Amino acid sequence: MSERGILAFGAYVPQRRLPRKTIADAMAWANPALKAQAKGERAIRAWDEDSLTMAVEAARDCNLADCDAPQTLALASTTLPYADRDNAAVVVEALGLDERINTLDMTTSLRAGTAALANALRAGDGSSLVIASDCREARPASPLEMQIGHAATAMLVGGGDGLLARTLAHRAISRDLVDHYRARGERFDYTVEDRWVRDEGFFKLIPGTVQPLLEEAGVAADNIDHVIFTCPARVATRLCKTLGLTVSALADDLVAQCGHTGTAHPLLLLARTLEQASPGAKILLVGFGQGVDAFLFEATARIADYHPHLGVAGHLEHRREETSYLRYLTHQGAVPVDWGNRAEFDNRTALTALYRNRDSVTGFMGGRCEKCGTVQFPSTRICVNPECRELDTQEPVSLSGVKGKVKSFTEDWLAYCPNPPMQYGNVEIEGGGNILMEFTDCEPGTLAIGMPVEMRFRIKDVDARRSFTRYFWKPTPVEA
Amino acid sequence: MATGISDKVVILGMGCARFGERWDAGPEELMLEAFTEALDDAGIERDQIEAGWLGVFYDEQSVGKSAIPLSMALRLPNVPVTRVENLCATGSEALRGATYAVASGACDIALALGMEKLKDSGYAGLPERTKGSFDDLWMPNYTAPGAFAQLASAYSARTGIAMDDLKQAMAHVSWKSHQNGALNPKAHLRKAVSMEQVLNAPTVAHPLGLYDCCGVSDGAACAIVTSPEVARSLGKRDLVAIKALQLAASNGTESGHASWDGSYTLTTRTAAKRAYKEAGIENPRVEIDLLEVHDCFSITELIVMEDLGLSEPGAAPKDILDGVYDRDGSVPCQVDGGLKCFGHPIGASGLRMAYEIYLQLLGRAGERQLDSPSIGMTHNLGGIPIRNIASVSVFGLAS
Repeated sequence: MSERGILAFGAYVPQRRLPRKTIADAMAWANPALKAQAKGERAIRAWDEDSLTMAVEAARDCNLADCDAPQTLALASTTLPYADRDNAAVVVEALGLDERINTLDMTTSLRAGTAALANALRAGDGSSLVIASDCREARPASPLEMQIGHAATAMLVGGGDGLLARTLAHRAISRDLVDHYRARGERFDYTVEDRWVRDEGFFKLIPGTVQPLLEEAGVAADNIDHVIFTCPARVATRLCKTLGLTVSALADDLVAQCGHTGTAHPLLLLARTLEQASPGAKILLVGFGQGVDAFLFEATARIADYHPHLGVAGHLEHRREETSYLRYLTHQGAVPVDWGNRAEFDNRTALTALYRNRDSVTGFMGGRCEKCGTVQFPSTRICVNPECRELDTQEPVSLSGVKGKVKSFTEDWLAYCPNPPMQYGNVEIEGGGNILMEFTDCEPGTLAIGMPVEMRFRIKDVDARRSFTRYFWKPTPVEA
Repeated sequence: MATGISDKVVILGMGCARFGERWDAGPEELMLEAFTEALDDAGIERDQIEAGWLGVFYDEQSVGKSAIPLSMALRLPNVPVTRVENLCATGSEALRGATYAVASGACDIALALGMEKLKDSGYAGLPERTKGSFDDLWMPNYTAPGAFAQLASAYSARTGIAMDDLKQAMAHVSWKSHQNGALNPKAHLRKAVSMEQVLNAPTVAHPLGLYDCCGVSDGAACAIVTSPEVARSLGKRDLVAIKALQLAASNGTESGHASWDGSYTLTTRTAAKRAYKEAGIENPRVEIDLLEVHDCFSITELIVMEDLGLSEPGAAPKDILDGVYDRDGSVPCQVDGGLKCFGHPIGASGLRMAYEIYLQLLGRAGERQLDSPSIGMTHNLGGIPIRNIASVSVFGLAS
């Protein structure tokens, strides 16, 4: 493998955290064994998040400023909102990337994240943006409901001088070991006894892949500084002993903080490890799911100078507790709450209008008047500034990174919103514009005039009749 | 040089249906109820009407497109009829059409009728509707109370008046209108309420509680207009003349530019300035004897008192609490009960307001009659604060 590796990374973990005790308190009547797992918490998506919005946010968390534009974008997930619509293409538009890019949705295995990483590492030249994002659902009171979590990770992969970590070796095997599956159209996994998965899966397939990987790289097992497994902690410890790896080198699996985040999880742990790694550190990463992907990386001197915007650590710190198991279930779509007749409103999307306005809606492109400098949304041919009103002076300007402040707001209990009250208001944006917007990640009673906000890519609404999800940008309050 | 419409058109007759949850009446019955009264009042034959304007907002749930339903319900003599829609200023827009027809000399007698059948929607509040294929893609799915509640937070921030103090003044607005509505047999809500009831009501859209919001009703109101000469030839002596009819529409400044601070209605200011000029009013606080403003929400009434130049900037809450706009105050406002007690059947409201001014100027308001007013004003605000149309109309006794 030529000298390729990781050029940048970022992560996204939704702010909402559901304590496992909350699940056990609600559902132990059905499954008393839940009580034994009632430790820690799992990250859960807000009602207006899905794998696609989280993917966009993970990519935005990367510090891509000094990097060349990627030639490929691979989006890995088992929970993509669309089965036939290029989900990655939505990410490309939301990120404002050059449309001359290869896009690829990688799905149908929890190994899709590491598989996408492997593909990118094996690519000839140019860089690839690999994003893994998952928000798996589980049946209420199932063991899986306790274990899983929602998150996304992005990695810019390529070659050249800017590597944060170089790849020393990679090996993969494919094996149709059906530890769980989800058929087309099903919401929940069908799972089998974990003891079989442990004995025939983890304990056989992982050593069978890692052993030759270390031999190929010529690196002794006890020289590995960071070991990343996504299997249960006790399994991971025993794998270390089997393989001669140092048990203390095992990376925190973050299950206590956010749960197992599916395709995103190996990459999330890699990102967390890179946040802590010293130059020269050797990192073993193992992904599992109908086979194994094993990687050996070595951190470069540049690792000390790279910082994602929030990173894994920052996102894990930004938490708000979900106290209602029923609200969590409702937002999973498991409780058919009566939202009243008002929610019957037909919100069919004119796809022709969406296509015409995709730069505005998905890419959040506004205009900046060349004459008066006013930044405005939506961009129209005549400047919105009453003192200017010039024709055809708008230059496209990306507003996804724009700072704003709250000019007015309300908490509306009448408007249909899956997490009432719906909070919205006028936002004054840097450059002199104003936009009426819906706020997100914002507790009722906390908004105030003048509060600074930043923009997030979120679900605007869902046309339930036609299963169409609409996306737009929403401001969220940030510290001044 | 345009001379405006002041004193060129007078009201020959007016009518107003009983507003309320009119489960008994469809659009046709509501239109006919208002029209019959107006025709009696005018003292003319139906076939003397030469043109008609129908104001309906939610055509999709009452009469459908066009003004043909007006012509059919009233059995008009195949005259030209036009359906107009200008959000909450729809009723005033219908009156404008009829007034302009007479002022232009195109016809002698014209009809303006505003009607809305809201209570076939099956739920409380205004029906949900599309905002347009592009705006649906990005604008929040706001409601009317939520959109107008924005004014309160921005006004509080601009003036430094604490929200709790602002809430007191807003509560007084609703308290006063309920006092007035209780006296009006055509109002939907005819019960006085206490300040405590208003202040302790459940929140609809912060900071607006239930009593900060106007009712939702069915209703219709109607005006028959003509020239002063024709009116006199028909034997009419006391005449109410239209002194000004002005509309102002947003052009994107409020919704898109930071120069608007969110705490006032730009279009009301513009329309008022034009209307005062057209009517020859120099000091509205002194010259206006009564007015009906667009109190869709208590905060709207509070803020437009400043936009109409009646209260000094930042002084509306104090004026309101001092009783300036109560029925015994110096500028009585909503003496009929306002949108608060009539509800807001959108197409009808502008003409319903004009109806009260008409009755008051002619001394025919019964229990509600004020002491010989001579100039009255109506105001509508259609849409939401960031994007709206304001109408300001002035009426006075013809000299």
